[in-house]
Amino acid sequence: MTSHAELLLDVRNLNVSFATEEGIVQAVDEVSFKLHAGEVLAVVGESGSGKSVTAMTLMGLTRSPNARFAGSAKLRDLDLVHASNAELRAVRAEEIAMIFQDPMTSLNPVHRIGRQIVEQIEAHRDVSDGEARDQVVALLERVGIPRARERFDSYPHEFSGGMRQRVMIAMALSCDPAVLIADEPTTALDVTIQAQILEVLKELRARTNAGVILVTHDLGVVADIADRIAVMYAGRIVEEGSTDEVFYNPQHPYTWGLLGSITRVDRPRPARLPSIPGLPPSLIRTPQGCHFRPRCPHAHDACLAKPELAARLPGETGHEDRCVLSPERKRALRETDGQIGLVAGGVTE
Amino acid sequence: MGRFVIRRLIGMVVVMFAVSVLTFLIFNVIPNGAPEDRMAGRNSTPVQIAAIREEWGFDKPLYTQYLTTMKKVLDGDLISYANQTNVIEEIKRGLPRTLALAIGAALIWFSLGVALGLYTAIRAGRWTDTLVTVLALIGVSMPVFWLGALATYYLGFKAGIFPNGGYSEIGEAGLWEWVKHMILPWCVLATLFIGVYSRVLRSNVLDTINDDYVRTARAKGLTERRVMIHHVLRNSLIPIVTLWGLDFGAVLSGGAILTESVFDLQGVGQYFADSIDQLDVPPVLAVTLFGAFFIVLLNTLVDIVYAALDPRIRLS
Repeated sequence: MTSHAELLLDVRNLNVSFATEEGIVQAVDEVSFKLHAGEVLAVVGESGSGKSVTAMTLMGLTRSPNARFAGSAKLRDLDLVHASNAELRAVRAEEIAMIFQDPMTSLNPVHRIGRQIVEQIEAHRDVSDGEARDQVVALLERVGIPRARERFDSYPHEFSGGMRQRVMIAMALSCDPAVLIADEPTTALDVTIQAQILEVLKELRARTNAGVILVTHDLGVVADIADRIAVMYAGRIVEEGSTDEVFYNPQHPYTWGLLGSITRVDRPRPARLPSIPGLPPSLIRTPQGCHFRPRCPHAHDACLAKPELAARLPGETGHEDRCVLSPERKRALRETDGQIGLVAGGVTE
Repeated sequence: MGRFVIRRLIGMVVVMFAVSVLTFLIFNVIPNGAPEDRMAGRNSTPVQIAAIREEWGFDKPLYTQYLTTMKKVLDGDLISYANQTNVIEEIKRGLPRTLALAIGAALIWFSLGVALGLYTAIRAGRWTDTLVTVLALIGVSMPVFWLGALATYYLGFKAGIFPNGGYSEIGEAGLWEWVKHMILPWCVLATLFIGVYSRVLRSNVLDTINDDYVRTARAKGLTERRVMIHHVLRNSLIPIVTLWGLDFGAVLSGGAILTESVFDLQGVGQYFADSIDQLDVPPVLAVTLFGAFFIVLLNTLVDIVYAALDPRIRLS
């Protein structure tokens, strides 16, 4: 579907680690993915799976004296991982923009919201104040802020959470970026507001040809909007494929555990909500071999070797996973784990 | 805003009334407080003392004395008990000196405090940060009278770079002489505050720098300089500006007593100290009122500026 679209972002073997007092935190471990124009890639995982760090690294926002990077993340021809600060500054907002998780704290409380967007436009474009102002008013209208010309001069505290997130979206779009990263854009919002923000994103998706990376732990959001899904666990991508492939034919036990833990109104109600037993591992001492091994009911000796992310299903070349079980075995096990989610196999650490 | 200012003005009157009553009472209950004894001199007779009591109204009830004194304050003809000079005229003479000292020192300590605070925050953890931290601690720990005495002795008396204390009117000896007389007092008074302000700003900046909106500012592709000044410093300065207004008020209304005395500037603070020394109620009362006025005034100004700097604050 997207094979002819322009390749915007090519992330290869991205590794991000942080030196902390407790030890080295391997936050992102050999992450590779591609993003094409017009495509929505959802990065799904629990808290601490490395999805936000991956997103922030693409923006250069994880750079610090304690951070170590390896691999590459090419935005067209520029490697975002090794770009100089000046090169990064030039592409930020202009080529790659980000919407953050918490709109309540992501806007500067002492500046007017319109000025905060104008500031970004003026950092990249040679425009007059009046032109920038008109552009911002148009943007605010586009993301659904009523009376945008008046609200231009409002301060963030005069806006609700949903309205602030609309401002953040308008800001991210103001320089027409090729890549838009939305890091849990609806997590901090009420459910009704979440739906509105998703509508805004969907509409923008239809109108622009930007590639979108949607970081989320909410599978409901994903099914609705994503073309492709990358499932992350403990710093690694454990499965990647088209939305249909991942939803209807999940290959990694973690993915089917994750899908099993969604409550579904069209299925008989289970006695307990299914959950995956155990906790995600510490990223300082990750398990040997497969990171999911200690929580996986189907772990065996072969799982002590590090599994590669590879296409293992005949006919689904774009569908890759990191589980060494044979596709036939997976299908059988998935049936028995079935609609009640994962059952604890007793292998816990 | 209008109602806010009116309420503060009413508050000011209340505060000044309370301060005047308290000051007046204190000087009437402390031992050896009776002014007529001192005014009559060492070898006085009871008859002389009684005459002075009657002449100055010390035989009247306390509240009558208070009322007549306050009337004199308002009319501007309050007379010192110790040397019969007009108190209001004395304060008027000292006020430009005290203002010159306070304004100059406040500008120095604000700009240097902010500059050092920002610098150490950006360099947090490096050796320059540690060095400035140690210097700030030394600055805070040095008493003004000691530092002032050292400065006049070595830079004034020994080296002869600066005058040996005293004040020079701009109108008489020119601007340069005035500046030469003020540099040491400014720096000595500012030293303590520079240490405090740089530490407070450093910790404010280090808090702000991790705020989400600073990350947003970086994501916008702004230059690091613009992020630091427009987003980090702009927010970190709000509490500093508040502190500055309050400290400036405190220095005007008595905080500069030691500096004025060490450098013999003959400002309001030194006048105050001399008057306390002689248990001279009228000037003490007048300077105390003057101080209370500036403290309330600066507090009100600080609140107005605070609301201008932080749009989340509403005056009410």
